[in-house]
Amino acid sequence: MKNYIKGFYNYSFLLSELVKKGIRLKYRRSYLGILWSLIEPLLTTCVWVIVFGTLFGNHGRDFPMYLIVGRLTYSFFSGATKAASNSIHANASMIKKIYVPKYLYPLSAILYNFIIYLISMIVLLPVTIYCRVMPTWHIIQVIPALILLLVMSTGFGMILATLNVFFRDVEYLWNVALLLIMYMSAIFYYPEKLLKSGYAWILNYNPLYHVINLCRGAFLGYSIDMQSVLYTAIWAFGSLVIGLIFFKKKQDDFILYM
Amino acid sequence: MKEQKKVAVKVNNVSIRFNLNKNRVDTLKEYVVKFFSRSKEYEVFWGLKDVDFEIYKGDRVGVLGLNGAGKSTLLKVIAGVYKPTEGNVVKKGKLAPLLELGAGFEKEYTARENIYLYGAELGYTKAFIDEKFDEIVEFSELEEFLDVPIKNFSSGMRSRLGFAMCTAVCPDILILDEVLSVGDAKFRKKSEKKVMDMFDRGVTVLFVSHSLAQVKRLCNKAIILDHGTLVDYGDIDDIAKKYEAILEEHWGESIEERRARRIQKKKAKLKKAEDRLKKREEKKRLEAAGADAEEQNTSNIETEQQNANEQDEVVKE
Repeated sequence: MKNYIKGFYNYSFLLSELVKKGIRLKYRRSYLGILWSLIEPLLTTCVWVIVFGTLFGNHGRDFPMYLIVGRLTYSFFSGATKAASNSIHANASMIKKIYVPKYLYPLSAILYNFIIYLISMIVLLPVTIYCRVMPTWHIIQVIPALILLLVMSTGFGMILATLNVFFRDVEYLWNVALLLIMYMSAIFYYPEKLLKSGYAWILNYNPLYHVINLCRGAFLGYSIDMQSVLYTAIWAFGSLVIGLIFFKKKQDDFILYM
Repeated sequence: MKEQKKVAVKVNNVSIRFNLNKNRVDTLKEYVVKFFSRSKEYEVFWGLKDVDFEIYKGDRVGVLGLNGAGKSTLLKVIAGVYKPTEGNVVKKGKLAPLLELGAGFEKEYTARENIYLYGAELGYTKAFIDEKFDEIVEFSELEEFLDVPIKNFSSGMRSRLGFAMCTAVCPDILILDEVLSVGDAKFRKKSEKKVMDMFDRGVTVLFVSHSLAQVKRLCNKAIILDHGTLVDYGDIDDIAKKYEAILEEHWGESIEERRARRIQKKKAKLKKAEDRLKKREEKKRLEAAGADAEEQNTSNIETEQQNANEQDEVVKE
């Protein structure tokens, strides 16, 4: 364990360089650069508010806020896990040349997406003003929510990165799975109707829905649901442990499949 | 004497197994099909088989072998890129792997950004890179192109940068895989000098080259590999002789014969080129005879220049 920590410390500079690379390259060829991490969610939320708020009749005053929190959280999860699952292939030319602990690649993919996610949270400010939702002390609930989200994404990312080395299909399968997850996480509709129906399990067993719910609680000011926290924590740390073990077991074979 | 020397690299019974492409399952569909048809058998191929030797500190070891003998695989195992299926490698000191120099850069990144990223991958600290930055840039002769994305670089420029990056550190163990043929003649000289300086400092070297002459010149010891097994290891003179014998057997002719034949071949080629040139000149002259005097002059000058150029090229060959 001590060795691991020392190793991690030695490579912290590389990790920071990889994270920087992810952020820099994401917006490199655009004029507005990192501003897109604010503009893009704002614009897509506008579209969703028009479609799901006006046309489908979700008329809550805080609906835009409800929507954008869900959207930001979901798009972090999907972006981070996609980037992580592709990270080993993306860095193949390096892995073939120099020995570097390979977990740094998926980890950096998760982290740079997380930083972009944190930056994009700035857009919540104008939306709160627009919706006239006053922030309450509940906002501190966002900290456990974000930690759980980060841990869960890392766990999923590790599993996907490992699988994707051996089967490139995983990339495409995961894209489809993410679409399914999006529809099952009550991002652009209120969950009540679904919860009352016979399909409540779709939400109850969906860890991402719970994380999104925790984030919404923080920003919209309703109290934390401990059961939700516990359930997400099991998923988050469970996937992390499985991901790490799986990755560690298979990482020496990666080179033979590149 | 030898007992007193310190071991720098110890390769303990290393074997590495590859599953050949032929039967490799790369997609889920293939996996499922193979799984159900119970034919998930690989054609096993041993890249290295039970290789076992020690390198003492300060030794310069040439790795010899025909194509596919496992030379590069051995270097990659020592560099830690491949993990051996069996056995292990013990290394003492800092290792600088000079493998596939042009590869591994981030294409969208500029040279400046790449120096930091690549340096981090090589295990350098930020302070170290800050300190060596100017030296690296100067050595690779890329001052003007620092803020150009690497994707616009020529392969020579990339290799130069790679070489400068990998040699910025003063390593204890240096791994060279055919890298002393990077860039133009001037840079080649410079890089060879840099490697020589390291030799003088007593660095331990593992060196792969197809040129036996180069290995003889640079190394004091050598290894012969054949189909992944260690055939022989010892002082360069003995090993070089043995390797020459192997080569002669492989070619089916002695080294002198081969050399003579190759020289003859080259001479014939040169002669052919000269003949071609002469013929062309004559043709031009005939054509020019019918044209204006003024034009004749200019075209003559042009052809002369052209001929001079071509002759230069032939000489280079």
